Amino acid sequence: MEHTSQFCTFYLDKLLFGVELKGVQEVIRSLEMTRVPLAPEVVSGLINLRGQIVTAVNLRLRLELEPAPPGADAMNVVVRSEDGAVSLLVDEIGDVVEVEESSFETPPETLHGSVRSMILGIHKLDDRLMHVLDIEKACRMTEVAETAAGR
Amino acid sequence: MSDDEIVKDFLVESYENLDRLDRDLVGLEKNPRDREALAGVFRTIHTIKGTCGFLGFAKLEKVAHVGENLLTRLRDRQLVLNPEITTALLGMVDAVRQMLQEIESTGKDGEIDYPDLRETLTRLQQLPEGPGRDGTMPAAASGTQTGVPASMGEILMQRAGVTPMQIQIAVQEQEKGDPRRLGEILVDQGAAGAGDVVDALRVQQSQGVQSAVDSTVRVNVGLLDKVMTLVGELVLARNQVLQFAGRMKDASFLAVSQRLNLITTELQEGVMKTRMQPIGNIWGQFPRTVRDVALGCGKQVNIVMEGKETELDKTIIEAIKDPLTHLVRNSVDHGIELPEQRVKAGKDRAGRLVLRAFHEGGQVNIEISDDGGGLNVERIRHKALERGLISAEQAKRMTEHEIFNLIFLPGFSTAEKITNVSGRGVGMDVVKTNVERIGGSVDVQSTAGQGTTVRVKIPLTLAIIPALVVTCGGDRYAIPQVSLLELVRIEGEKVSKGIELVHGAPVYRLRGRLLPLVYLNRELRVSADANSALTSDGAVNIVVLQADERQFGLVVDQIHDTEEIVVKPLRKQLKTIKTFAGSSIMGDGKVALILDVLGLAQRASVVTKSRERTLTDKVTDAAAAAGEKRTFLLFSGPGDSRMAIPLSTLARLEEFPVAQVEMSGNQWVTQYRGQILPLIRLSVAMEERRARLLALQAPPAADAGPIQVLVLNHEGRSFGLVVEQILDIVDDRADVKSAATRPSVLYTVVIGDRVTELLDITAVLASADSSVARATPMGRAAGAAN
Repeated sequence: MEHTSQFCTFYLDKLLFGVELKGVQEVIRSLEMTRVPLAPEVVSGLINLRGQIVTAVNLRLRLELEPAPPGADAMNVVVRSEDGAVSLLVDEIGDVVEVEESSFETPPETLHGSVRSMILGIHKLDDRLMHVLDIEKACRMTEVAETAAGR
Repeated sequence: MSDDEIVKDFLVESYENLDRLDRDLVGLEKNPRDREALAGVFRTIHTIKGTCGFLGFAKLEKVAHVGENLLTRLRDRQLVLNPEITTALLGMVDAVRQMLQEIESTGKDGEIDYPDLRETLTRLQQLPEGPGRDGTMPAAASGTQTGVPASMGEILMQRAGVTPMQIQIAVQEQEKGDPRRLGEILVDQGAAGAGDVVDALRVQQSQGVQSAVDSTVRVNVGLLDKVMTLVGELVLARNQVLQFAGRMKDASFLAVSQRLNLITTELQEGVMKTRMQPIGNIWGQFPRTVRDVALGCGKQVNIVMEGKETELDKTIIEAIKDPLTHLVRNSVDHGIELPEQRVKAGKDRAGRLVLRAFHEGGQVNIEISDDGGGLNVERIRHKALERGLISAEQAKRMTEHEIFNLIFLPGFSTAEKITNVSGRGVGMDVVKTNVERIGGSVDVQSTAGQGTTVRVKIPLTLAIIPALVVTCGGDRYAIPQVSLLELVRIEGEKVSKGIELVHGAPVYRLRGRLLPLVYLNRELRVSADANSALTSDGAVNIVVLQADERQFGLVVDQIHDTEEIVVKPLRKQLKTIKTFAGSSIMGDGKVALILDVLGLAQRASVVTKSRERTLTDKVTDAAAAAGEKRTFLLFSGPGDSRMAIPLSTLARLEEFPVAQVEMSGNQWVTQYRGQILPLIRLSVAMEERRARLLALQAPPAADAGPIQVLVLNHEGRSFGLVVEQILDIVDDRADVKSAATRPSVLYTVVIGDRVTELLDITAVLASADSSVARATPMGRAAGAAN
């Protein structure tokens, strides 16, 4: 890793999250979505990104946060995962920040559960903490099969 | 062009040529005088040799060089191709292929320089007798002189002023038996200069090369895919424009959009065609495969190919290559008998393997038939029983055709099978899986003593398909047209009359036959009110679908048009949902999901997978079974009837020798886990009262075999139910129900495709109680049994 790296930041339930900028394909306003019945709950639906069909993941649910208030328009952070583009639905987009490696710390031991595996660590910014999201882990939903959707 | 690119091109070209070499060499073995094929083989090796000399692959060049020398002898008819030479040449092709792979992965042509192979090739090129004419030929003449478009004479006439008369004399010389080439004769006669002949040879060569280069262009597959995607987008945009044009009343806009429509359709077809490849491309390697396998097991096989030119989408061609190879190998290995056996059976020594491809109903059929011994029904039945893939009961009632298709079951074939030649062996289940993955199907037909035919049906393309668009719960779904049979709309009063219930399972009488109905909203769980479609006053739309030879009606909210849709695969995260085959972008830019009819049918239990699975699988699955599907224990009851109880009522399955059965009054009992377990004989409990009383007195016959007992817990009581035979455990919804025809039966259902009586345990107990004293509660045993 280099000395500094750039992160695309966004907010979820007032928390600041960041993904590495080079993993981000684009950021777009909310698009019309087609729901996928029987899919895991965290899959919000499919969106048409200029001819490319992209799965939208409800990041709030994925990270076990409170569901968004009804009527809130989510933003799409389209990231490149191993399995193609995936759109992460977030509340609001923040700035692109440049952070030094020295400000990084692994997540505290008190953070546990499945969320911990998705958070690589914390960057201590001047005024707040930025959660560094593991894109692959967040996009991978192997553990949630059809049956898990609950009959 | 960088060096890397040159090497890459060289590799691509060489691989292609090598595939053709295999084919040509095997063809030559049958017809050694085919000069054109020989010239082709020679040219290929010559090109490879030349290019690797240039690229610095010395070892590869060495091998190609000895091969070329041998080929020169053959081409000049100094030697005649025999099986030994063919084998050596094929060995050389393999060596070259191996080195090419080495180059591909490491950039070098490897460490091995195949001394044995080179020695064999060198030895073989020694002429059997007499001195060769080696060296008497001018160097230039060692180029190609056969199988080239314009004749030598023509070129010399045009370019060197040789008269037709002179050529005729030279040709006559040749016809009289002069072994010299036309050019040589002319030079010797002084009709043409040696330089002219060399020039002419060059012209000849370039013509030969050009004709191939001019008509085809090598295109990167990635680029082709991209063009395909773009055309897909264009199709979508066209659909949008057409929708728009429908609303606008502008005549000229309508005309323009119509033109756009036509052009797009044509473009789409054109692009689709660029991806189409004749199936001959993959069949090309089969003669070699067949030859190798046949040699390996001492058989003689002629391969016949029909419909080589049948075209298929590139992706499909790739997907079926391995399964087809497998089937071909199998046919030679297991299908066709040894020559002696064949002669004994009154057949030709050499077996006949026919590959046939043809279009039928928007699908491609590929048949692989052999005239071998055919499948052995009894052996397959036995094997399947032995491996627990089917129950004895199933084995009894299965048709011959069903038995044959057992060979596609996972677990049917094992490595050990290759040696004991019975049915077709290894990995047929893999063949089936691979074919089904691309929306195809496999079927096998066989006649004892006459041969076996495996028929593979596959779709033409996967990229763009016609589909019916429906709505359900406000969303649109596309149903591939292939599975669509018809559309039915029931209106007004007929709704309540038309849809009937068979014990809660809705059915519709379609031309006198009961069509099970599946509600899409329920299956997808998109509608809160599961019965909405039933009770609504509006019309009911039924899409009649076919899945795995079973029909069912899919009830949807609305039916729209059929459209050509571009299939986009679902991402990995959603691939586990078997109900959807993919997604597509509709005319308005929104995404719609494509229903997987087979997956949907399985979900709705229209099609059971039960028969396809092993018993053990079923038991494990039974534990995980969820939702409306229930797990049943199947057993045969009195009168050889097929009966079932829900597995949940069952504690254990036991088998007791008759010696352990004791009499307690009129009651059969046995000591079971420290308790006395009353045994109720189902055959007795279901008898008419009078007969029952008589039967009750009888103790079990001492010589009878062990008794099969279902240990049940019912309302706090434990008892054993003696049945004729325990058959199977299956998952089923047991949808189709009808009234019981005899007491102690709840109702008759269809489980695993067969009529089955569901036992009324309460009634059985009551009837047993009415004749014997109530058995003591056995809480502890029940607890232990669980």
